[in-house]
Amino acid sequence: MRRREFLTLSATSIGGMLVYSLDRKPFRFFAQTEQSVRIPLRFFTQPEALIVAAAASRIFPSDEAGPGAQEAGVAVYIDRQLAGPWGRDRYRYTQEPFEENTPAEFGYQGKATPRHVYREGLKDLKGFDQLPPAEQDNKLKQIETTLFFSLLRRNTIEGMFCDPVHGGNIDMVGWQLIGYPGPRMSNYADVDKHFGEAFRPKPVSLRETPEGNNFRPSEDEE
Amino acid sequence: MKTLPAVDVVIVGGGWTGLLMAKELGSRSGLSVAVLERGKHRESADYPGTMDELDYAVRVHMMQDLSLETVTVRHDSIQRALPMRQYGSFLPGTGVGGAGEHWNGISPRFLPDCFELFSRTVEKYGAKRLPADHSIQDWGVTYDEMEPYYTRAERMLGISGKAGNIRGKKIVGGNIFEGWRSAEYPTSPTKIPYFSALFGDAAKALGYHPYPSPAANLSEPYTNPDGVSRSACFYCGFCERFGCMVGAKAQPTNTLLPLIHERKNISIRSGASVRRVIYGTAGSGKTAQGVTYFDDKGEEVFQPAELVFLASWTLNNTRLLLLSGIGEPYNAQSGKGTLGRNLTHQVSIGAATAFFEKPLNRFMGSGAAGVCISDFDGDLFDHSGLPFLRGGILVAMSMGYRPIANFGILPPSVKAGWGSGWKKAALECYDRTGLIGFSGEHLAYKGNYMDLDPTYKDRFGDPLLRFTINWGENERKMAEFVTPKALELARAMGAKEVSSFPGLKNYDANRYQFTHIQGGTIMGSSPDRSVVNPYLQHWQVPNLFVLGASTFPQNPSAHPTLTLLALTYRTADAIVDRYLKSPSQLA
Repeated sequence: MRRREFLTLSATSIGGMLVYSLDRKPFRFFAQTEQSVRIPLRFFTQPEALIVAAAASRIFPSDEAGPGAQEAGVAVYIDRQLAGPWGRDRYRYTQEPFEENTPAEFGYQGKATPRHVYREGLKDLKGFDQLPPAEQDNKLKQIETTLFFSLLRRNTIEGMFCDPVHGGNIDMVGWQLIGYPGPRMSNYADVDKHFGEAFRPKPVSLRETPEGNNFRPSEDEE
Repeated sequence: MKTLPAVDVVIVGGGWTGLLMAKELGSRSGLSVAVLERGKHRESADYPGTMDELDYAVRVHMMQDLSLETVTVRHDSIQRALPMRQYGSFLPGTGVGGAGEHWNGISPRFLPDCFELFSRTVEKYGAKRLPADHSIQDWGVTYDEMEPYYTRAERMLGISGKAGNIRGKKIVGGNIFEGWRSAEYPTSPTKIPYFSALFGDAAKALGYHPYPSPAANLSEPYTNPDGVSRSACFYCGFCERFGCMVGAKAQPTNTLLPLIHERKNISIRSGASVRRVIYGTAGSGKTAQGVTYFDDKGEEVFQPAELVFLASWTLNNTRLLLLSGIGEPYNAQSGKGTLGRNLTHQVSIGAATAFFEKPLNRFMGSGAAGVCISDFDGDLFDHSGLPFLRGGILVAMSMGYRPIANFGILPPSVKAGWGSGWKKAALECYDRTGLIGFSGEHLAYKGNYMDLDPTYKDRFGDPLLRFTINWGENERKMAEFVTPKALELARAMGAKEVSSFPGLKNYDANRYQFTHIQGGTIMGSSPDRSVVNPYLQHWQVPNLFVLGASTFPQNPSAHPTLTLLALTYRTADAIVDRYLKSPSQLA
């Protein structure tokens, strides 16, 4: 049994936000009343989660263009994905033999699961979360061409824009950044209108719709 | 092995063709029909509340489980093939309804000359113009013979569109290049979102002939000739890789299952993995006796039947015949054998990506909502001075942009791939980007085929299916020809920046390129060059039929679903009207 590990999200950075806790119960907390929220981790150790959170924040920073991976809870999203079937290659063909140095047009042929790639990749980033931003960027530039970095970058985008039920895109900050309304059932009245103007309906997450109330995300599969 | 009580008809695969055949035979005869589907059961009511991009579009929740079985791929007969370990160039479905549940709904007919590709091309350009290593051939059926079946398939699905040729009369606004049709589409065209409307205006200004994409996603409520009613599309943008939340997109679960559920003589067994077709030899011919399968409890059973249908998609139709030892496997060196030959995919390129100043509201759309031009399709333009044959369709679809898939598509002027500069550019571009796509013909070649892999196995220890596939110069030159046309269209649409497709190189098994794989059990008028006759009946085993795109001799540019449904109707008619009265070769 692994020791219970937590990632602490600061209420000052994501005050007034809707977070899905481990049992998927929506949990709203406020900067005024709460100092922080401790999210239980499923795969990462706490030091690993802090490194992933810091690296994701350099890939998708919080800056003058708006919130980023920090506010969206990308590290929480990645932790849950790695703990779930995707992280352990549940649906990937993993029969031997594995060939090495194969052309990209045959897709990833490696044996390592996403869990393994992360765990190994994180070993090279020890102390990353303690570095100043410019040094963090230099460090990431050194690993830019690795499989680990490409997974981290891809997962960061997923964690920014997935439905909040997966642990990322907390309070739909990602969707608000790009004006995406989420699973909006009907655009019938609008689809052939608003030509040339931004039409930005208020986003709604799947769990907030009557139809999606019972949606069970794949990372919860045994 | 346990032997189950015999049925009249066993159908392997519960997707579009298998369920359509079950419904036709089950309702037009008293035959007992068992459909064996290896995936899980599905109903139309399962879909509301599944609009989740991550699980359905990124983790492709509805597709076959590759950990159990996949294909291997190589580019030529010398290479060692590698398994497709995660999804890449195509996405085969599983479960009741199959890929017909999560398709986009784009439903064109094939051009008339596609069915006589070899004869028509030789007639016009001479045999010397064909690529030296081609293996293209005629289908053994003509467009005129197909027309009534196309009409029936369109009415079953309720296709929304605009006719361009009713009995020879050309109608502006429809596809004036299409083959003649006996009547207007069952329902009016879908709404046209902004990006697609821009394309239509630009195409018209350039002298082309734009038309609305024919859609199985209803523009209006519709009741089909079977009495099945469906509601109109809401343009939610969750079609491809999803089941329809409101039943507006025609799917086997919402057009065929309601009828099948009413019939006591049709049963669907899910979780049934068929491993072999069992046959006996009587006199000069062979007779299929049934199939063996692992049931949902993991027990292997034998299901005897009088009539056997393979309707389990291109990969499994071909593989089951190879594993069962029915027919002569194709040998690429000697050219002998028919089983596995003429593997084709479809040229699928994002010919031009257009970046606009104005927002496009791209989250709104529908799988088949869009505008097409066929000015460069088939042989509709003269190829005398061109370095390739045939062509394809340029499209500006508005399928509904979803953010994980589309965030970060950037013009060539942006070099960054992460960090603040990248984020800023990606936020600006996100809702200002559109793709002009091209779907073009993939000719059949002697070197492109399917056989059994010598190395990799499935969960039962059976060999995986192996693809030997690559593009020919014809496809590469076609892509080169069409790319500047797409760029010109993008600029005419008002794009401030454009990027173009880099060109077709080797077949890329890792880039998604439509789930349209054809060949392996091809149809034709001669047993020396085809596996099934023009009624999709096996040449050597007359009580065995093969349904679906595995019977297409080569890939035409247009999407295959409507045609494979039309061919299934034609086979059902031949069986009910002729075969059941006197079981024998239909051709």
